Amino acid sequence: MNGTRTLGWLIATGWLALSIPSMTFGEPFLPQQDSQVLERLTVKATDPVAREIRTLRAGLLHDSQNVDVAVSLATRLIEQSRSEGDPRFLGQAQAVLAPWLNQTAPPAATLLLRATIRQNAHEFDLALADLDAVLSLQPTNAQAWLTRASIYQVQGRYEEARRACQPLFRLAGRHVALTCLGDIAGLTGQATTSRELLTASLERPGISARERLWVVTILAEMAARIGDAKTSEKHFLEAQSLDLKNYYLLGAYADFLLDQGRAPEVVTLLQRETRVDGLLLRLALAEQALHLSASKEHTVELAARFAAGRERGTRVHVREEARFTLTLLHDPKTALSLAQANWEIQKEPWDARLLLETALAVGSRDAARSVIAWLHTNHVEDMRLQQLASQFQGEKS
Amino acid sequence: MRIILAMVFLLLSAPAWAHKPSDSYLSLAVKDSQVEGQWDIALRDLDYAIGLDTDGDGAITWWEVRSKHDEIDAYALSRLTITSGETGCPTQASRHLIDNHTDGAYAVLLFTTSCPTAIDTLQADYRLLFDLDAQHKGLLRLTHGQETTTAIFSQESPSQQFKIGDVSLWRQAQQYVHEGIWHIWLGYDHVLFLLALLLPAVLRRAADRWEPTPDFLSAFREVLTIVTAFTLAHSITLSLATVGLIALPSRLVESAIAASVVFAGITNLYPVLVQRRWLVAFLFGLVHGFGFASVLSDLGLPKGSLVLSLVSFNLGVEAGQLAIVAMFLPLAYFLRKSWTYQRLVLVTGSLGIAALAFAWLIERALDLKLFPL
Repeated sequence: MNGTRTLGWLIATGWLALSIPSMTFGEPFLPQQDSQVLERLTVKATDPVAREIRTLRAGLLHDSQNVDVAVSLATRLIEQSRSEGDPRFLGQAQAVLAPWLNQTAPPAATLLLRATIRQNAHEFDLALADLDAVLSLQPTNAQAWLTRASIYQVQGRYEEARRACQPLFRLAGRHVALTCLGDIAGLTGQATTSRELLTASLERPGISARERLWVVTILAEMAARIGDAKTSEKHFLEAQSLDLKNYYLLGAYADFLLDQGRAPEVVTLLQRETRVDGLLLRLALAEQALHLSASKEHTVELAARFAAGRERGTRVHVREEARFTLTLLHDPKTALSLAQANWEIQKEPWDARLLLETALAVGSRDAARSVIAWLHTNHVEDMRLQQLASQFQGEKS
Repeated sequence: MRIILAMVFLLLSAPAWAHKPSDSYLSLAVKDSQVEGQWDIALRDLDYAIGLDTDGDGAITWWEVRSKHDEIDAYALSRLTITSGETGCPTQASRHLIDNHTDGAYAVLLFTTSCPTAIDTLQADYRLLFDLDAQHKGLLRLTHGQETTTAIFSQESPSQQFKIGDVSLWRQAQQYVHEGIWHIWLGYDHVLFLLALLLPAVLRRAADRWEPTPDFLSAFREVLTIVTAFTLAHSITLSLATVGLIALPSRLVESAIAASVVFAGITNLYPVLVQRRWLVAFLFGLVHGFGFASVLSDLGLPKGSLVLSLVSFNLGVEAGQLAIVAMFLPLAYFLRKSWTYQRLVLVTGSLGIAALAFAWLIERALDLKLFPL
């Protein structure tokens, strides 16, 4: 039985490996009918967003030296990339800013936007360099401090992140600073304090729906980390009920459900979200747990997408690829090297978890060492991570 | 406003992308002075650049793409410049298709670029979409014969140069050496001919009997003479046939080769027949050269590098031959005094070789099939 299963996987993996190039370079065809729809745009020309972008673009065409119009257009495009999950808009935003960024001393506003674009491309050090430049020009730029804090947090540099949150009390208001600090505190052994800080900022009158979504999502993830599934669920449902389309929230909620063994709900939640790689990954995992045949098709599709991403030489999805390789391709060796490469770039709980899981799967204590040290140094409060780490301590060799 | 923006940026520090950034896929196949190109450009990118969704309903139909083909050609092809050496090469679109990649539908633009002379250095200057999308990349796949090169165009490196001539000549030479080696190893008739001639090289005739050579040097000298004669002869006819000065029907050549093997086997059994085996090697070597030539012409000879391929192939043949000799000589020298070698190997071996070659001769001369070989 075990033998046949291994053989089955070998065949499946081999077939997958063979099918990748043929999927990236498909067979061109001649559509048979004029009315055949080839592509659906995420934004129609008549949508308000599209109209706004068009107006700004026309404005820039008219007055190509106007940095304010360029910054507004780039900001709009970056927001668009968020809501559509399409990195194309980031490249477009960067192109809009290019004339100013090519100057010897680019304006602070354009540098700030480039920092955001680079943050999204996981070029964290370059983004931080841009933020340094912004803050030397404008030491009171709250957005720059906040972005800096968030990059430091992703890099696991918590002390520096906390310091970057401090000026926000003065520059952006108490609730922003508290949320900034609360997010870090929740990770680094102060979950109770963090919960109080965050709940307090929720009480603030006039909090916008977007701000509420941010805070509630942090609360939900934090509760999940300390093993309080009930509270976590409550916060996730509250965040969902805000009705703001948000891929990050969907992914986090799906992960929560998967960990709770509630795969059928994940399938219902993500069935229509196959466009987004990270969500398709979670859908395929849920389908695998339920022994649905769709899991195989989705695995092949994901493999092709990761291959296409690799072909262009930039790697943003290393975390997802490591998880995919471990859990759907069942190749812990390759997954481990991906998880290690990812850990070099970012150090969030999921990055730690993947490195521990892959290290366990190949039985390498050495590979887990840096994560275990990270857990201790920062007093990271995460039940699952503690549990994984204890498995290494259990088998002393 | 500023703070709200901040919130959104912070929350989504780990984005979940629905797509990869914008890429186009460019394939260029170089053949002499022509380049056959295929360029896959995302419909979404083209829509952004020149507007495809004419009715603004958010769906791009084949009709909408079709009616913009001229504009697509003009837009794309003006952003790709192919130069051969110093001369620009004009490009002409030939067909339009559609393909689906992992992140959506792409317009497939087939085109031909014609340079005035055979391309030696290809310079590609790629400027598609960089002004509109700073993260756009052009993924190039350049093929020339068996050779495939990949490269990535980006805003930082929009212009790249590829040596077509040099790279492929070196590779071509390697390929022909390789073919030469394999041909001598897999062409049993050449190997057997050589072996039949070499078998007695570690022995000498004395009073109508075989006896072992006294020293290695004399055995080595004998082998060297035979192999040199064979090499010289087949190199002459291989060259003459390849440049087209002599042409013989292949059935005749193949039959003669088989006959040569029969003859070489038999002379070992009746050594009185031949005193100078190097002469046999030379005369029949001429015939074997024609055999090599037909293999070489089957491989297809590039016009520009005829001499190179000829020399490389011949070098391959010699290398393969040397390997056989290097394996044979020490072993035979070591065994030469034994009864096994003098009786079993020499006599039975030669007999076997002659018999097998005789069967080949029948096959080839009469165009029959006796063995699956």
